Amino acid sequence: MNILACIKHVPDTETRVKVASGGNALDLGEANWVVNPYDEFAVEAALQLKEKQGGGTVTVLSVGNDEAVKSLRQALAMGADKAVLCNDPCFEGSDAKGIAKILAEAIKKAPFDIIFFGKHAVGDDNQQVGSLVASLLNIPVVTVVTAIDYGEAGVVRCHREVEGGVEVVKAPMPCAITCQKGLNEPRYPSLKGIMAAKKKEVTVFKAADLGIDPAQVGKAGAAFAVKGYELPPPRPEGRVLGGEIDAQVKELVHLLHDEAKVI
Amino acid sequence: MKILVFVEQRDGKVKKASLEALSVGRALCDATSGALAAVVLGQGISAISEAAGKYGAETVYLGDDPLFANYSTDAYGLGTGKAAQVFGADAILFAATAMGKDLAPRVAARLEIGLLSDVTGYAVENGAVTYKRPVYSGKAYVSAVPVAGKPYAVTLRPNVFAATESPKTPQVVKLENAAVASDVKAVVENLLVSKEGLLDVAEADIIVSGGRGMKGPENYKILEELAKPLGGAVGASRAAVDAGWIGHEHQVGQTGKVVSPTLYIACGISGAIQHLAGMSTSKVIVAINKDPEAPIFKVATYGIVGDLFEVVPKMTEAVKALKAQG
Repeated sequence: MNILACIKHVPDTETRVKVASGGNALDLGEANWVVNPYDEFAVEAALQLKEKQGGGTVTVLSVGNDEAVKSLRQALAMGADKAVLCNDPCFEGSDAKGIAKILAEAIKKAPFDIIFFGKHAVGDDNQQVGSLVASLLNIPVVTVVTAIDYGEAGVVRCHREVEGGVEVVKAPMPCAITCQKGLNEPRYPSLKGIMAAKKKEVTVFKAADLGIDPAQVGKAGAAFAVKGYELPPPRPEGRVLGGEIDAQVKELVHLLHDEAKVI
Repeated sequence: MKILVFVEQRDGKVKKASLEALSVGRALCDATSGALAAVVLGQGISAISEAAGKYGAETVYLGDDPLFANYSTDAYGLGTGKAAQVFGADAILFAATAMGKDLAPRVAARLEIGLLSDVTGYAVENGAVTYKRPVYSGKAYVSAVPVAGKPYAVTLRPNVFAATESPKTPQVVKLENAAVASDVKAVVENLLVSKEGLLDVAEADIIVSGGRGMKGPENYKILEELAKPLGGAVGASRAAVDAGWIGHEHQVGQTGKVVSPTLYIACGISGAIQHLAGMSTSKVIVAINKDPEAPIFKVATYGIVGDLFEVVPKMTEAVKALKAQG
């Protein structure tokens, strides 16, 4: 079975975001870059499926620059067999549509049975790429998945999160799944895994290797142009209450009811 | 500008977030001398056309078909895509609900158009629209303009825009044969409703949230007891979810849900940056924490420095007394 997981190299969630001078970009200079947390669930799901099958190949794919190799190595250290990096200057600045196009072309190069994605990448917060890739490959997609049952051959039965409940969705393979927290507990790479990862192959694809027209991706192919970034306005100064706890609680409920009018 | 709004219904009930989307669509049309249409998919749902008209739709594309009875990405993608093509939409708006977030990319891919996710603001100048959306879960905002002359789609964050009536008598256009059974590859077999009476944090106007200070899973009961008379939902920080005290569906923050309720009560939550990113657009924030130095007090509208195990039950009593007065 050919199992794929798509991952993104992102600033971790402790990152403090600043706006770069000029306002047209974010300054992420101090960020610590990691595998997108949701993509760890995708890699783990891929590894668990391989283990369940008792065989197969797990390939991790990413679109990014030379730095993104670190995230691919992390996934290889967790146990993935092969890695693919789509790296070309013309990919820089791609929106979700561009990234999906690049990934879909890379995926088409080899047969596959199932593709795992994180439900979204922290940072851009688009929640689009898994669905877009599935559409480009003309395969079904199940998004925001918290449980997968492989009991029936050739079929996945997934739990997906909706407001106030869970939908049970059945999809035939090949298909795409986007992973939500709760699906699994991503493993930590072992020392042996880290050593082995150094020897595993990372294939690099450039735009020409994928038959991609540079005008369709990167900033040139984006459907929206960035006008600028800004930080949210600071919240107005709050009020810490004082006195006996009983009196504070009474005052708080009064303030919420009469001043803020929210209860 | 011709704007199409996907109007979401479950069991014949329109989602409030869809009415908000219709209102945004109406305002954009009024500012650009445009036309507003809605697409409604389901079975036995013709009454929803009226609701769409009440919020400003001049045309309703109605897909009343057993194939639309339950949501599926495939069938709804085809139905919405067809409505967009028949109408000649310049922009398609979705509410960024679970359904909207699942559906919008499928429609965008089908129509080969761009999609802007989770928009929280817009401005129109000389007929051109600029959208604003959070990135890094609201640590920053980006303003983006659609590339001229190309249709596009956006999803709009629920609870941000007002739903404003603007009554029209819509012309209803039936969507026939938009999808056939063989188009539906991923099938929704069942909907399991979570614990009865418990609201989802993503939809709640009031959230009572607990963090590391809750000390254990058994103590979430006291938050439920406060949430109940307030008609709210129970939330949690990542620390509490990772400790296994409460399900991840309750998690608020950068790797959980991003919420903007009218009232967010943070109990025993220190206020890590990834948590603040998920809730700092709440209208009113209450912090209850033993540590007066906790960062949560920096964003709180009102704060009580104290033991949540003393404060929360007292607050529950005071809220019940208030509600009893009517």
